[in-house]
Amino acid sequence: MATLARTPTQQALRRFLRSSSGKAGLLIVGVFVLLALLAPILAPYDPAKDRNLRARLQPPSIEHPMGTDELGRDMLIRVWHGSRISLRVGVVAVGLALVAGTLLGLVAGFFGGWVDTLVSWLIDIMLAFPSILLAIAIVAVIGPGIENAMLAVGVVQIPVFARLARSMVLSLKEQEFVAAARALGATNGRILLRHILPNGLSPLIVQATLSIATAILDAAGLGFLGLGAQPPAPEWGVMIARGFQYFTTAPWISLFPGLAIMLAVLGFNLLGDGLRDALDPRTARF
Amino acid sequence: MTAYALRRFFGLVPVLFGVSLLVFTFVRLIPGDPARVMLGQRATPEALERLRRELNLDKPLFLNWAAYRETGDLRRLLEAQYPAYLVRILHGDLGRSIFTKVDVAAELKARFPATFELTLGAMTVALLVGIPAGILAAIRKNSLVDLLVMTGALVGVSMPIFWLGLLLIYVFAVNLHWLPPSGRLGIGTEFQPLTGLLLLDALLKGRPDVFADALRHLILPSLALGSIPAAVIARMMRSSMLEVLSQDYVRTARAKGLPERVVVYKHALKNAMLPVITVIGLWFGTLLTGAILTETIFNWPGIGKWLYDAIQARDYPIVQGGTLFIAAVYVIVNALVDLSYGLLDPRIQYR
Repeated sequence: MATLARTPTQQALRRFLRSSSGKAGLLIVGVFVLLALLAPILAPYDPAKDRNLRARLQPPSIEHPMGTDELGRDMLIRVWHGSRISLRVGVVAVGLALVAGTLLGLVAGFFGGWVDTLVSWLIDIMLAFPSILLAIAIVAVIGPGIENAMLAVGVVQIPVFARLARSMVLSLKEQEFVAAARALGATNGRILLRHILPNGLSPLIVQATLSIATAILDAAGLGFLGLGAQPPAPEWGVMIARGFQYFTTAPWISLFPGLAIMLAVLGFNLLGDGLRDALDPRTARF
Repeated sequence: MTAYALRRFFGLVPVLFGVSLLVFTFVRLIPGDPARVMLGQRATPEALERLRRELNLDKPLFLNWAAYRETGDLRRLLEAQYPAYLVRILHGDLGRSIFTKVDVAAELKARFPATFELTLGAMTVALLVGIPAGILAAIRKNSLVDLLVMTGALVGVSMPIFWLGLLLIYVFAVNLHWLPPSGRLGIGTEFQPLTGLLLLDALLKGRPDVFADALRHLILPSLALGSIPAAVIARMMRSSMLEVLSQDYVRTARAKGLPERVVVYKHALKNAMLPVITVIGLWFGTLLTGAILTETIFNWPGIGKWLYDAIQARDYPIVQGGTLFIAAVYVIVNALVDLSYGLLDPRIQYR
């Protein structure tokens, strides 16, 4: 069969391109990334100076396709620039959680013993809190702000990756290729990072993509509660909260940032599903 | 089974201990002197000193090494803030609010029914929407209905819950005036609750007017809070149903000539429900503890909103007690869900 001659990467790519959710997700995420990258070039924006009180609370029109807010700011440009904040939060927070969680899980699963007991205990403790509550508590300690919200949303995701990496090591470390590497004199660190980690990377990548979706939602929730990004930053959650005060008369202020969150989160969820189909074909899904 | 149950619950002890440690440390890490916060900026140094001694704030945080080294008495080692705190919470004393002076444990007890009722409402929405939608999508796999259900489920998990809440208020409360936007009862309604579950209380006291009013207030927040579990349950129901429908015993049932309705609802559904029930259980714990955003938007007087207000006001005893309570409820509900597998599926053997 022709597929047998292909490399695993080619096979995965083929499976990904066959998955309609994967393609849709890639398209949505791609558009968001492109919009975020192009925003400062095509439409430079300084939220601190943006005021146009004569054009307050105008409904969507040709001039302002998403209307204007209580300070007369064009909603389209704010929603557009909001993508920069939310994507950055999602990627940085999940990057932090992925690295920290994977390292913790790898070490716990590989060495076992009291290290494993300790790490598993920490994971169980963190998972005992609803994620948004834990994020709120962390921000309450370190103070509100976008950087701190990013940290909080990332820390909350650490146990997810730690658990995943731990179970991956437990199933891989007894296999023959690990014994072979050890017989060749490889050190523990080399076995972990060069042999075990690459073989168990797929579920981590899938989880990371899905976690970006969660991180964007959590960060917007923090912004909405006033604990994340601070005004006048064009952050989607903050914009929804500001619009809340006007939403009987000017619902568009809250409507469009919410739609943007939904689309971005949807994109990452679809992409994650597609990656699972491509990278993890054994978890057969209907 | 009993041995497993006992082990499962004893396993909670170290987790709950860690939770208490984490909550305690968190609150101590918050910048600022609690005594100063309680007494205000104009408090005299003597008053501050007295309060610090009363609250054990003059003692070390975790272990009193100094006292131990001085006297050689091991008991003195525990004369510190955390051990004293642990002893208090084990006696059910969660302290008092800094500002309103209410007893935190009593207030939790008073507010829990509101959160519980909202959880039940949201779960009802999730089940009524999720299960039929999942079954429908499974038996009409790859049809337009399937596509619509799966798209709806994906949108459901992707929507920020606070935004959905705002949309619901805008459409059904502000514009259509069908349902109230916030609270649990209308302002003029006079009603003395018994259990705190208003729907139940109204039935017990024979007050259909209060029942209708409470129900009207419950609908919108339940829809908002139930949206994500509804989507998750629909996806789970669909994939579980598809798996069961491909099994041999289903083919046998069809070969016997049973009508499709009987095959799906009598033979397949029972087995397909197992993984779904797990998801329902886990979401029950999540809803019970994670309704902070929903309660805030709908001004629902439950634990989530109370906790959020306390965090804003830096009312530490409430934050400490409330967080501890929520985490405890969450791990206990999860343990109960674990145990319920064995009751539902006799094939599972606990060792």
